[in-house]
Amino acid sequence: MRPISYSRVADVGTAVGTVTADPASAFLAGGTTQVDLLRIYVEQPRRLVDINDLPLRDIEELPNRGLRIGALARMNEVAEHPSVIDRSPLVSQALLLGASPQLRNMASIGGNLLQRTRCTYFRDVSTACNKRTPGTGCAAMDGVNRGHAVLGTSDQCIATHPSDLAVALVALDADVIAEGQRGRRSIPVHEFFLPPEDTPDIEHPLDHGELIVDVEVPPAPDGSTSLYLKVRDRESYEFALASVAVALRVEGGMVVEVRLALGGVATVPWRARRAERMLTGQPATTENFAAAAREELAPAVARGMNGFKIELACRTIVRALETVAPDGAR
Amino acid sequence: MSPAIGGTLARLDGRAKVSGSARYSGEVPIPHLAHAVLIGAPVANARITAVDATEAEQSAGVLAVLTHLNLPKVAMQPSLLPSLAGLAAPGHTFFPMQDDTVHYAGQHVAVVVADTLERAEHAATLVRIDYDTTPPVTLLEEIKDQAYEPQKIFGGLLPGRQVRGDIEAGLRDAEVRVEAMYEFAANHHNPIEPSTTTAAWDEVGRLTLYDGIQGPTSTQLTAAAFLGVPPAQIRVVSNYVGGSFGSKAMVWPHATLAAMAARHVGRPVRLALNREQMFTSCGHREQQRQHLTLGARADGKLVAVRHHKLSLTSHFDDWAEPSLQSPAIIYDYPNYEGIYRLGRGNINTPTFTRAPGEATGMFAMESAMDELAERIGVDPVELRLRNCSDTDPATGDPWSSSGLRECLERGAELFGWAGRDPRPRQRREGNWLIGTGMATAAYPHAQPVNPQRARARIYSDGSVIVEAGVSEFGTGISTAMTLVAADGLGVTVDQVRFAGGNTDMPNITAAVGSAGAGAASAAVHLSVTALREQLIGMAVADEQSPLHGADPAAVVVEGGRMALRDRPDAGETYSAMLQRKLVPDVEAIGNWIPPAQDVGHGMHTFGAQFAEVGVDAELGLIRVRRMVGVFAPGRVLNRRTAHSQLMGGMLWGLGQTLLEATRMDARSGRWANASLADYLVPVNADSPDVVVDTVEVHENVVNPLGVKGVGEIGVVGVAAAIGNAVYHATGYRARSLPIALDDILSQAS
Ligand SMILES: Cc1cc2nc3c(=O)[nH]c(=O)nc-3n(C[C@H](O)[C@H](O)[C@H](O)COP(=O)(O)OP(=O)(O)OC[C@H]3O[C@@H](n4cnc5c(N)ncnc54)[C@H](O)[C@@H]3O)c2cc1C
Ligand code: SF4
Repeated sequence: MRPISYSRVADVGTAVGTVTADPASAFLAGGTTQVDLLRIYVEQPRRLVDINDLPLRDIEELPNRGLRIGALARMNEVAEHPSVIDRSPLVSQALLLGASPQLRNMASIGGNLLQRTRCTYFRDVSTACNKRTPGTGCAAMDGVNRGHAVLGTSDQCIATHPSDLAVALVALDADVIAEGQRGRRSIPVHEFFLPPEDTPDIEHPLDHGELIVDVEVPPAPDGSTSLYLKVRDRESYEFALASVAVALRVEGGMVVEVRLALGGVATVPWRARRAERMLTGQPATTENFAAAAREELAPAVARGMNGFKIELACRTIVRALETVAPDGAR
Repeated sequence: MSPAIGGTLARLDGRAKVSGSARYSGEVPIPHLAHAVLIGAPVANARITAVDATEAEQSAGVLAVLTHLNLPKVAMQPSLLPSLAGLAAPGHTFFPMQDDTVHYAGQHVAVVVADTLERAEHAATLVRIDYDTTPPVTLLEEIKDQAYEPQKIFGGLLPGRQVRGDIEAGLRDAEVRVEAMYEFAANHHNPIEPSTTTAAWDEVGRLTLYDGIQGPTSTQLTAAAFLGVPPAQIRVVSNYVGGSFGSKAMVWPHATLAAMAARHVGRPVRLALNREQMFTSCGHREQQRQHLTLGARADGKLVAVRHHKLSLTSHFDDWAEPSLQSPAIIYDYPNYEGIYRLGRGNINTPTFTRAPGEATGMFAMESAMDELAERIGVDPVELRLRNCSDTDPATGDPWSSSGLRECLERGAELFGWAGRDPRPRQRREGNWLIGTGMATAAYPHAQPVNPQRARARIYSDGSVIVEAGVSEFGTGISTAMTLVAADGLGVTVDQVRFAGGNTDMPNITAAVGSAGAGAASAAVHLSVTALREQLIGMAVADEQSPLHGADPAAVVVEGGRMALRDRPDAGETYSAMLQRKLVPDVEAIGNWIPPAQDVGHGMHTFGAQFAEVGVDAELGLIRVRRMVGVFAPGRVLNRRTAHSQLMGGMLWGLGQTLLEATRMDARSGRWANASLADYLVPVNADSPDVVVDTVEVHENVVNPLGVKGVGEIGVVGVAAAIGNAVYHATGYRARSLPIALDDILSQAS
């Protein structure tokens, strides 16, 4: 392990000030990503600023029936919180289907959004990776890439965004509240995750030293039923091969409102807007679900081993919609 | 009093393990300890052109950087011989850092020693090594055209080709033939404890190695050979080992490197592999392909089997796991041809991986049997029963014991097999297609060749210590040996302490090939039997004993008290006698000489596996819903730990079937998923309801207590039972392991 220095801060201002002032520093929350990547030399901060004492752990109900979740609330705390289960079951489900109980007890909400891709080449400093070391190439492009993305890819990077929580947040139009040197700002979650394009190393719009303080989650559409469906090789403790966050409101057999987001198949938590547009106002039938899924995946690009994800994503969308549609599928 | 053997004693070391007081090889407190970190080559086929260790050497706390430029040459290279043979047992015929050649990725190219682990790890990143690389060869596809037929495989123990009868005629005359190719991904063991060695030399040149290994003697003899130090100067301690599954069956170079590093820096050194290094430093189950042809009569009676295997080995060893052995003898048929073919690649020598060979070979055999059953319209269990053999088909010798029929019948009953609709894709529950499948399990009973020893000592207060140099790597051996000792001596379990785990103790061969319990129980049983005879002899010769003058054969012992069989009132306790005679303790050695492997009997363990799966074909999901395994492992020493091992084996099989695959990046010649996040093994949520049962067989050939072992048989057949159940559920016949979600998605929906 590289020598590093470590300090603990007690207020947001100091946290932001300390990290902003030192380009070689980073925040430390639960450490489940940070320490992991530090130990394998993928991230090489020289100073870790421990933010666990900051008062950012509360979960509050908002007047709009939404929630404000502190950035340092732990995954399990949030998942099991009665207000979250009541108001945002999608968030609770997405969290509980992630990682393991031990990790969820450590891992924070802010850290979850900023976790890095599980691309094995990204995690192996001896290989070419544009995300880790811009300009070196992408070993995954023609490598072992069964887990890689088919949507939102570029010729620079095809890494999948790993967070389950983020998929639920994208479906719900959540906001990420951040505080930096320039003050506090609210970033709509769909603008928070940046596709790789030509700069796969830039994953989000935060400045160095800018701290996530909360996440604000609006309620799911009135009268909708929601579900987080995660498909993976084993039953637990694995990242998604494909996942779907859905909130669906059907009236008289017609789709009145639908929110659909995909995980495990895209470089960012993927809001399935094409599918949403196609479904809205249409009869809630399996046939229409399948057509919308195909439409969403139309721009997908397979690379070697991950071709199956296109079909898998379609079927996962259909299954999720069927599950929440009243009377199931027709 | 009921016998201790066959009881259900909880692990005696359970508390120490769960409370953390059990000390593993990486936890032994040693003053002045330094830490070594291995550097593995990031390339698979190369020559080292330059090494620059300057920066590393100057880094804080660094004591040494060893590379091929300054590491002493090894004294000799012992040949690769499975550790069951009781001799030096290097994992491969190779020792790293002897020259500038890199044969496989991860090959150790440097050792950095520092005063703390963190400083050693950091300094390791500062060592610069330049390579002149050549494209590596690492896949079966790349070697299949250059493959050769080895003389011997498996460390020289088995021939590369075995035949009986006339295969061509047998296949030609068969009324039904089933022919298929089976593919197997490489597998890694992934025990929870990465291999670790702590090495300490004393002032007079004696070496102590704390090593995680399946048998301390194997480390002692192997390190002695490499170091050129007499074995008598080397003591190996292996008190607790955090799992192995074959990764610690052989002695890999890190143990010797730890000793070399300790000698170099003049301090005790601890060398622990990290998780990634576990994928390249202690072998694996090789990627392989098997081509199997069954020939049968119309009634399902097999007449001919041709079974060929192609696999990858290293540049220095002809290693193939013996996949063809069990299929060759599991059923009674006259014509057989088994051929191993190997191709050399830039990989480390493969090694034992739990149920080495059987886990793959029996997948092919039992999948093909399922096809045969369907083809001729015979129930799969019935087909097996029709083909069961009362003798070893390879030699015509009777089985030492079998129990296969009983396992099949009992398993079918426990599972509720009767009345199964054989047609695929008939049962559906919601999104799940349901199917059932079964398979036979078989595992050869391997014997150690050298004498197996134990020592038993009783003190005058009646307490007993029994020692044998076994290693406890999770099998529950210490607990089982306590039971064996208590019964043999006629004392209660709480009067006995069993100790193992180091080479100062009487020698027991490494516990591999499920032979550990058989070998150790034989030695322990003989030692306590000898002790008991000695004690009874003392009593009947002692004028003051109530047993004076009695026929020793008429004396029985229970609860530590010797008495006449037909006059229980006449007797005295061991301790009363010893105290009266002022004898502080009495000791005896047990020395078991194993019978030869190939004389008079076929020795095999049998079983039957049943599985029910649900397949969500649309999403590609396979989930095992329940499993039943029934086995005939001879005498069961401790029902509780044996049950755990068999169940663990079955879940291992589940992992092999559905999840476990180490994927090679052929461009770099490196494993692409060398971590526990990427190499998937089953978690609790994948583990179904598992029913384990055993049938009793009369076994008096293999060893004194008739113990055939439970370590690996539980794995065998699981893959085929699940694969056959997947076929039954979906109509898709999987011939490649693991059966991936992607395959179901494209083939079965
Ligand atoms: C084996 C394994 C399996 C996993 N499986 C899943 C899974 O299935 N689904 C899933 O969604 N996740 C999974 N995870 C990821 C896990 O959820 C994240 O590692 C975790 O949420 C990160 O949170 P943390 O508090 O530990 O962050 P840290 O590791 O402390 O930090 C992560 C990053 O975020 C930065 N950071 C942390 N907090 C803030 C903040 N408030 N403001 C600004 N920057 C901040 C840190 O500087 C660092 O760069 C898995 C992780 C592991 C190790
Ligand atoms: S996919 Fe992205 S993260 Fe993975 S190697 Fe390529 S550039 Fe790096």
